[in-house]
Amino acid sequence: MRHVYFDHANSTPLLPEACAAMLPFLNQEFGNPQSFHRLGETARKAINIAREQVASLIAALPGSIIFTASASESNNLAIKGLVLANRAKGNHIIVSTIEHHSVLEPVKGLRRLGFEFTLLGVDRYGQVDPRELSQAIRPDTILVSIMHANNEIGTIQPLKELIGVCHEKGVLIHSDGTAAVGRIPVNVTELELDAYSFSAQSFYGPKGAGALYLKPKTRILPLIEGGIQEQGRRAGTENVAAIVGMGKAAEICQSRLPAWAEQMQRLAERLYDELPKRVPRLVFNGHPTEHLPGVVSLCVEFVEGEALLLCLDDEGIAAASGSACTARTLKASHVLLAIGLDHALAQSSLLLSLGKDNTSDDVDYFLDRFPPIVERLRQLSPLYARHLKGEDPYAFKTGQGDDDKEN
Amino acid sequence: MYSEKVMEHFRNPRNVGEIENPDGIGEVGNPVCGDMMTFYIKVDNGIITDVKFKTFGCGAAIAVSSMVSEMAKGRTIAEALKITNEQVAQELGGLPPHKLHCSNLGADALHAAIQDYLKKQEQKK
Repeated sequence: MRHVYFDHANSTPLLPEACAAMLPFLNQEFGNPQSFHRLGETARKAINIAREQVASLIAALPGSIIFTASASESNNLAIKGLVLANRAKGNHIIVSTIEHHSVLEPVKGLRRLGFEFTLLGVDRYGQVDPRELSQAIRPDTILVSIMHANNEIGTIQPLKELIGVCHEKGVLIHSDGTAAVGRIPVNVTELELDAYSFSAQSFYGPKGAGALYLKPKTRILPLIEGGIQEQGRRAGTENVAAIVGMGKAAEICQSRLPAWAEQMQRLAERLYDELPKRVPRLVFNGHPTEHLPGVVSLCVEFVEGEALLLCLDDEGIAAASGSACTARTLKASHVLLAIGLDHALAQSSLLLSLGKDNTSDDVDYFLDRFPPIVERLRQLSPLYARHLKGEDPYAFKTGQGDDDKEN
Repeated sequence: MYSEKVMEHFRNPRNVGEIENPDGIGEVGNPVCGDMMTFYIKVDNGIITDVKFKTFGCGAAIAVSSMVSEMAKGRTIAEALKITNEQVAQELGGLPPHKLHCSNLGADALHAAIQDYLKKQEQKK
């Protein structure tokens, strides 16, 4: 069976060069980077090189990079660490409604310590309006966190304008760059960001390696204390192999990104062009132009997302969905609801995130296998039957389960 | 994530479709929980002679619908009313814990169709 991987938003395959660079540090080069002997020195040097490589990828100084275990950890460190270090200045935080849970949950958790937050809505493409941000900033606002690009709908934020608003008002701004790094060039120095989170698995590096960029001289409180690693901002012996792998992946990504992005976007364009010709009633999500290359987010009306994924998997195609049924929490994607999709449409979501290794053959294979799958599931769907009869597909008697009003 | 039996029913669901002039129709679910099922039954002499269904939902929801339709066919009304969601899950070799509540509505949909049939019988008297 042919295997087609369209789930790069969730993880990317490890670059062979990154894997090769990591192996010595899983074998003979096991020294602790803080030790005073040759093994320690080798590990320390390797981390320094990786720090330069990772910093270079986002046009930052090496000293501004804090290595973490994941983008989720970076987001937690940025939110909690910046807010707690700036407590004397205020207690209000602003984040968008489409942030990753590793931003939203820490922000909600900080309520217990007396902090307040504002959730900033997005338009139907998923963009935050800089004017709305400006209006939401209060005298006691100390931090704004708005993601660079969204992993589920591919929309890129007007980050430059949003940062401008924050600087004008003297408020720190953090951005979650997990979805952006590896798909578009990032220059944190030019953007004048205060903090930026990202992880290696977005750009063909290993899992277990993330980073937080912190503008020089920015104060932050650590989440993990009790060690001098990462300048005391993240205690614990460094995951040397993962950091080395992240560095190598960053170096390669930096040089090849333009070619990768061009190729991914060309393939995505073909999907955008061909899919509506082959399958009726598709709804595409995200911004038409301010969009990550290679990310195709759509809703397949009258068909549920998990069922789609199971059928695609039977054909060797790996993809993702924002359907409640694919989430362990059994809640539909908050991102899809935030851009105004109703629950039934959000249930029908399908996310195709292409990567550097995908080919036009992959796209052809998908275009060949996808229509019959949709047709089969629609034949099963009572919503489709109603649609064909000209009735309202969603006028369903609710026999079980109350509307989820929690927000 | 699913048992082989669930996947088998998901890939080849039994009794999919609608019945023209059914004796009972049952609908359960809503778009928020993600699964919507419609069951149609034909009843002859107190016995369910035909069952058809249409389901919008995840793999578990489709497999559950298929399994319930098989379990109900040929049973008396009284027997069919005794089929529980738990029994359906058991027959399928189990469901993932987080799916037991949301997708396991097949028996409810069947019972709704039977109630609809009984109500219509009552109205005929």
